Amino acid sequence: MTASAHPLPGPSDWTFELIEQYHDVIATTARRFELDTYPNQLEIITAEQMMDAYASVGMPVNYRHWSFGKEFIATEKNYRRGHMGLAYEIVINSNPCISYLMEENTLAMQALVIAHAAYGHNSFFKGNYLFRMWTDASAIIDYLVYARNYIAECEQRHGIDKVEEFLDSCHALQHYGVDRYRRPSKKPLSEELRLRREREEYAQRQVNDLWRTLPKKAEEAADSPQAVRRFPEEPEENLLYFIEKHAPLLEPWQREIVRIVRKTAQYFYPQRQTQVMNEGWATFWHHRLLNTMYDDGWLTDGVMMEWLKSHTNVVYQPKVTDRGYSGLNPYALGFAMYTDLQRICERPTDEDREWFPNLVGQPWLRVLHEAMHNYKDESFIGQYLSPKLMRDFRLFAIQDDSTQKDLVVSAIHDESGYRKLREALSRQYDLGQREPNIQVWNVNLRGDRSLTLRHTQHNRRPLDDSAQEVLKHAARLWGFGVHLESVDAQGSVAKRWAVPAPSA
Amino acid sequence: MLQQIIDRRLAGKNKSIGNRERFLRRYKEQIRKAVRRAVDGRGIRDLERGEEIRIPKKDLNEPSFHHGTGGQREMVHPGNQEYVAGDHIQRPQGGGAGGSGKGQASDSGQGEDDFTFALSKEEFMQVFFEDLALPHLVRTQLTEVPEYKTHRAGFSSDGTPNNLHVVRSMRGALGRRIALGGESRRELHQLEDRLATLQAVWPEASAAQADELRAEMAAVEARIAELRVHLAKVPFLDPIDLRFRSRVKTPVPSAKAVMFCVMDVSGSMDQARKDLSKRFFILLYMFLTRHYEKIELVFIRHHTQAQEVSEDDFFHAKETGGTVVSSALELMHKIISERYDTAQWNIYGAQASDGDNWHHDSGRCRELLAAKILPACRYFAYVQVAAEEQNLWDEYTKLAASVPQFAMKKATSADQIYPVFRELFKKEGAPA
Repeated sequence: MTASAHPLPGPSDWTFELIEQYHDVIATTARRFELDTYPNQLEIITAEQMMDAYASVGMPVNYRHWSFGKEFIATEKNYRRGHMGLAYEIVINSNPCISYLMEENTLAMQALVIAHAAYGHNSFFKGNYLFRMWTDASAIIDYLVYARNYIAECEQRHGIDKVEEFLDSCHALQHYGVDRYRRPSKKPLSEELRLRREREEYAQRQVNDLWRTLPKKAEEAADSPQAVRRFPEEPEENLLYFIEKHAPLLEPWQREIVRIVRKTAQYFYPQRQTQVMNEGWATFWHHRLLNTMYDDGWLTDGVMMEWLKSHTNVVYQPKVTDRGYSGLNPYALGFAMYTDLQRICERPTDEDREWFPNLVGQPWLRVLHEAMHNYKDESFIGQYLSPKLMRDFRLFAIQDDSTQKDLVVSAIHDESGYRKLREALSRQYDLGQREPNIQVWNVNLRGDRSLTLRHTQHNRRPLDDSAQEVLKHAARLWGFGVHLESVDAQGSVAKRWAVPAPSA
Repeated sequence: MLQQIIDRRLAGKNKSIGNRERFLRRYKEQIRKAVRRAVDGRGIRDLERGEEIRIPKKDLNEPSFHHGTGGQREMVHPGNQEYVAGDHIQRPQGGGAGGSGKGQASDSGQGEDDFTFALSKEEFMQVFFEDLALPHLVRTQLTEVPEYKTHRAGFSSDGTPNNLHVVRSMRGALGRRIALGGESRRELHQLEDRLATLQAVWPEASAAQADELRAEMAAVEARIAELRVHLAKVPFLDPIDLRFRSRVKTPVPSAKAVMFCVMDVSGSMDQARKDLSKRFFILLYMFLTRHYEKIELVFIRHHTQAQEVSEDDFFHAKETGGTVVSSALELMHKIISERYDTAQWNIYGAQASDGDNWHHDSGRCRELLAAKILPACRYFAYVQVAAEEQNLWDEYTKLAASVPQFAMKKATSADQIYPVFRELFKKEGAPA
C-alpha cells in the first residue's frame, strides 16, 4: 500500500465516525497479515459496565452468584480509589466476537484496543487448536443466557439459598469439571434444550440402576467377582461429570446446574492454558498493525506516542527483586516470543541456526501463524523459547525442595542452562502440574456409598489445608461421605481426609 | 470485518446489582452487626447514611484444591543479577515471598486484611428495618418520601399551556420586539422626518434642486418601505417570550414539631436497654419526619435529678444514681412552657425506662402527666424496656385507660421494638 497523504484525525476524544474510520484501516492492515477473524462487534460501554463484565468473569451474561458480587465490589472499590486502572479491554470468544471499548478511553486507546482485541485475540480464538476443539464461539452467548435463565428459575422454585449453596459446591470443584482429553461435542442451543429432558430422565434411570440391586446381591455373593468390582472401573478425572452422572441423591435440577458449571469451566479451559500465547499474540499484533499504519502515514505522531506509552506499560516485566513482582508477565513474555520468532526467521544468528534450523529463513508470517494455531503455553515455550530471550529476560530457575535447607539455583541463562530452563518454564505452564492431580478413585457401592477421591502427589507436593473445606462441598454434591487420600510416589497413602455424609 | 458498533452505555446499567444483593444476603450477619454498631455510634438524626462494612478475608474465601507448601518444585523468574547455577539461597522467612511464587504469595496475602465495602443509604435502612422485624409494607411507608404539595414559585420558560401567564409573556414579547426592531425603527423615524422635511421644502425648490430632491425622496421612500418590511418580520409573539407559572413541590405538611426523649439513666439501665430505647427514639424520629418538615429534639435524662443534655450525653454519659422519674417530667413541663408554645408546636413525648422508680414518686408522675404534660402533647408514649411490672407501670396503666393520647408498652428485645412502636402509634388520636 502506498503511503496515505492524510493521516486519520487524531483528537483525543473519539466519535463513532472516527472509530469506524480507524477500524477500516486496522481491518485492511490486518488482512495484509492474514489475520482470520470472526466478524467484529464493537461495543461502547461505561467504566461501570466494564466492572460488571469483569465481575462476571468477563462474560456479557452470566448467572447470578454472590462471588461475582464480591468481585464487583472489590473491583469497584479499587477503581474508585484509583488503586487500579481498569483493563483497557475485554473481548469475548463468541461469533460475532464482542470487544468492549470503554467510553473513557481516548481515540488512540480505542485504536489500540481494536487492534489488540478485535484482531489479535479474535484471530487467536478462531485459529488456536484448543479453542477450536473446546469452545463453540457461535453458541456460547446463547448457552450463557440459557444458564442464567435456568438458574434464575431454580432460584424461584427452590429458593435462593438452596441454589446458592449448591453453586458454591460446584464452584469449589469447577477446575475438576473438565475433560482433558475428550473434547465436547458442539450442539446448538435448541439441541441442548431438547436433550436436557432426555438427559434428566436418563440420568435418573442410570443412577437408580447403579444402586438398585446392590445391597441384596452383596450379601448373597460377597465373594463373587462382581461384588468386588470397582466403581468407577478406571479412575475418573472429571469430578463434576462423575457427580452429574452418578451422584445418587441429586435432583434433576441439581444435575443440570452441575452441568452448567462444568460447561462453563470447559469454556474457560483453553483460556487458562494459552495465556502467554493469547496475550502475546494480541500484543504482538496491535504493535505490528499500528506501526504498519504509521509507516503508511495513517497515524499522527500524537496518536502514536499515546498508544506506545500504554504498550510499554503492558509489556513491562518487573524483576524478581522488584517490589511489584508477581511472576512472569504473560504479555511481556508472549510479545517477546513472537517478536523473537520473527527475528529468528529474518535475521538469525549462528545460535538460532543451531537451535531452530527449521525456522531460519522461513517466511515469518507463516511461522507465526503455525505457532499460534498449534500450540498451548506449555508446548509453545517448550518449542520456541530461544536462548537469546532467556538472556534478555535474565531468566533463572530456583529449585525449592522442602527437605533441603536452602533453595538452589538450578539453572540460569547460560550455555549449560538453556535447555533445563526452557523445560522448567514449560512445565510451569502445564495446568496438569499447576493443579493437584485429583481423581475419583472408588465408590463404596455396597456399604455407606461413600466416595473416595485420590490425590496423586507430584514431586512430593502436598495438598494445602483448604482440601478439607473442598471435601465438604464434594460431600454436599455426592450426598454421602467423601474421603480423600493423598498418595505419594511410592504408592502409599500419606494423608487422609474425610467428611461424613451431609445431614439431610 | 466490522459487523457493527453498538452503544451500550445506556443499556444494562447496574447489571451486577443482583450479584451484589446475593453478596449482601450471604453476609447478612456481618452486615447486621455493622449496622447495629453504626446505630450505636450515630445520632438519631443522621441514621440515613451508608456504612462501611468489614468482613474478614478468610470468610470470603471460596475453597478449591491447591498445592500446599512442601515437596519439591522449580520456579523460573526473570531478572537474575548475580546467581550462577548451583548457588544456594537462604530460604526467605515467613511463608516464602520472592522465591516461591504465585500460589503462596496469594495464600499468605489472604487473611491479613479485611474486605471492606460501603453499604448505600437504602441498603443500610433495609438492614436497620429488618432488625426491627418491620413488615415490608410498612417499611415502604416509613422510608418513602412524604407527599408533596405544589405551590407557585415565580415563572419559568417551560410549562404546560394551562399555566401560561399571558401578561408576562406579552411583556416579554414587547421587550423583544423593541430590542430586535430598535435599530431599524430609529432609522425609520429619522427617514420619516427627513421625508417630511423634503416634502416641506420641495414645492419651493428650483427646478434643478427639485430633480435632486425628487431623487432623494424616492430613495428615502424605498428605504422606508424596506424598513417597514423588516420590522413587520419581527414576530409579534415568539416561543421564547412565553412565560409559565412555575410550580414547585414541597413536602406537606410543614408545621413544626418537637420531640422529647426522656430516658431513665439509673444504674439498672445498661447498654442493652439504652440501645433499645435508642432504637425506639430513632423510629419515632423517622416516623415524625414524614409528617413534619422541621423537628426539634429535646433530650432529657434523669436519675434522681433531671437534666437536659446533648444527644451524645443522652446515650453515652456514664453518670448514674437512684431514680426519681418525676424530676424528668417536671423538667419537660418547664421546657414546654418556656420554649414551645402549644399553639405553634406539635409536641411529642417518648419516655423510656426500666420502670424502676422510687416508689413514692410514681403517683406523682401520673399526676404530672395527667395535669400538665398530656394536655400539651399531641402524643406521649411510654416504653418500658424491662419485663417487670413495678409501681410506675401500675400508675401509668391507670392513665392509659382514660387519656387517648397516652400509650404504653413493653419491649425487651430489638425485634420487639417495631411491633411495640406500631402498637403505640396505631391508637386512635395518634397521627396516622
